[in-house]
Amino acid sequence: MQKERPLSPHLQVYKPQLTSMLSILHRGTGIFLSLGAPFLVYWLAAIAGGPQAYEKVHTLAQNWFVTLLLLGWVFSLYYHLCNGIRHLFWDVGRGFDIEDLYKSGWMVLGAALGLTVLTVILAVGRMGGA
Amino acid sequence: MAEFSLPKNSKISKGKHFPAPEGAKNVRTFKIYRWSPDDDQNPQTVTYDLDMDSCGPMVLDALIKIKNEVDPTLTFRRSCREGICGSCAMNIDGTNTLACTKAIEDCGSSVNVYPLPHMSVVKDLVPDMTHFYAQYASVEPWLKTSTSVSPSAERLQSKEEREKLDGLYECILCACCSTSCPSYWWNSDKYLGPAILLQSYRWLADSRDEASGERLDYLEDPFKLYRCHTIMNCTNTCPKGLNPGKAIGEIKKLIAERSL
Repeated sequence: MQKERPLSPHLQVYKPQLTSMLSILHRGTGIFLSLGAPFLVYWLAAIAGGPQAYEKVHTLAQNWFVTLLLLGWVFSLYYHLCNGIRHLFWDVGRGFDIEDLYKSGWMVLGAALGLTVLTVILAVGRMGGA
Repeated sequence: MAEFSLPKNSKISKGKHFPAPEGAKNVRTFKIYRWSPDDDQNPQTVTYDLDMDSCGPMVLDALIKIKNEVDPTLTFRRSCREGICGSCAMNIDGTNTLACTKAIEDCGSSVNVYPLPHMSVVKDLVPDMTHFYAQYASVEPWLKTSTSVSPSAERLQSKEEREKLDGLYECILCACCSTSCPSYWWNSDKYLGPAILLQSYRWLADSRDEASGERLDYLEDPFKLYRCHTIMNCTNTCPKGLNPGKAIGEIKKLIAERSL
């Protein structure tokens, strides 16, 4: 009997493209945001529960790891939002040319990073003022 | 569920090294995927050092040189050597393209050559295209009409209507796009992939075709069409400069519009 045919390599050899990397980032940030939803609910519930309940969240948010998670969620939210708008343009049949794909890709990445930095600056400013 | 790693029988090891002939001054290295059904070995990447002073400019020239002068067992498909038959589609330097139109000069210092990704390998650089062609047949790629015209008359088309087929009719079905698509890698059993969807759109866009409704009914399915997530590897890699990603977008639009 003949031996079974192999499967040719795929992820192992295919060169990452800006377009494909942004696509997987869209999915990754989407999943990460879903994971953050329970935390958001907990946060809102703590706000509703008054200053004492909120104090716990405030202490928790000082933890470096939680701060890092928050930063991740902020970036994820902005990236997923901006790239979602890019998807809406595709849905009406626009922006499919290679040149436009790269332009809109870099734009979305830049906008997400810019908005994240802006948010961090505003948040730090608040904390300093408080 | 998507399988990200290669099955045990598909893992690649390092194979033999064929050095360049003595006295060669302009040497370039080609690392080529080899697998034969006739022995018990797993796939290997075999290294060939070639003297570029006696080699043509395209990757296909190098493959033919290896087959003629170094290792006659190297197996690959080729025919027209000018980018119109689609036979020599393969993964070169990390993206899919035609070996006959890919200049060696445009590749890295060592040129990596693999078969089209995530395909069943018949031998070396020859993938099994049976499923791809069956998917092509499934979209009924021919003019379908219900109205009758006299056998002596033609079905006429205006210049503007004909222009809508530009960017579609040029597809040579080399499968570079479909096999560059991660969605097609994980779901090719059900997802039609960019090449076949572009071909389907070629008939949807044809003013003479009268089966649009039927064609869209066939495509409106969570898998056949909607596994496209606009990853756009297809358009990035098409050796003919076509835009399968856009064609898929147009099909999605047609389906959205008809339900309004």
